[in-house]
Amino acid sequence: MGQILIRFLIGGVVVSAFAIVGDLLKPKSFAGLFGAAPSVALATLSLTVATEDAHYVATEARSMMTGAIAFFVYACFVSWAMIRYKPNVLFVTICAIPLWFTVAFGLWLVWLR
Amino acid sequence: MLIQVDPSALGHTKWHEYAVRFLFGGLITAIAGIIAKKFGPGVGGLFLAFPAIFPASATLIEKHEKEKKESERLGGTERARKAVSVDAAGAAMGSIGLFVFALVVWQLVPSHAAWMVLTAATIAWLTISVSLWLIRKRT
Repeated sequence: MGQILIRFLIGGVVVSAFAIVGDLLKPKSFAGLFGAAPSVALATLSLTVATEDAHYVATEARSMMTGAIAFFVYACFVSWAMIRYKPNVLFVTICAIPLWFTVAFGLWLVWLR
Repeated sequence: MLIQVDPSALGHTKWHEYAVRFLFGGLITAIAGIIAKKFGPGVGGLFLAFPAIFPASATLIEKHEKEKKESERLGGTERARKAVSVDAAGAAMGSIGLFVFALVVWQLVPSHAAWMVLTAATIAWLTISVSLWLIRKRT
């Protein structure tokens, strides 16, 4: 439980820090880069290296590559859908999350499993 | 448009909006750890690139753009949608950097000090993301 709480606090701080940097920057397209900052990865991997071996961390990083491809597909879809269909922002960003799951797990099953 | 730092932008964000991002960031980090423990690092690693705070950030951009344009008596909704679309396009470029971050960690962590690898991977993410943004801006 203590480990989970530490992960929660460190994750919250690192993600918030990258989000604040993104808020400070202009133009919007440049600030958007920070929407895909490695904040969760930095928080997680820096804690994981303290408790697990290098092979464990390398396996997590290898899977993260498919997660990043899924993030690319998700972000491209949101960008396109916002212009094409003019939907509600929260609706499209939440409803597109299954797309991330499909691409991430699909690639992982085909490529890495 | 040049890259600028605008400290006044922080004043537009309310404390509960920071709290939401802290909460989602903390939750996904904790959940990624739990999943890795339960199902192994192969599955847990996927969540290191999960768009955890993207919906919250996009909603925030929409709200701020609407407020800005409505205070200028301009239609804010269309402008807000475009701003979210542009932000998402930036995130797509950042996600290519995220892929390179993971690649660097995967390749280097077995043979180098972890802090050095994470620093190098973060620099790689920033370099790739900014380079892609500059290339796209020029074309």
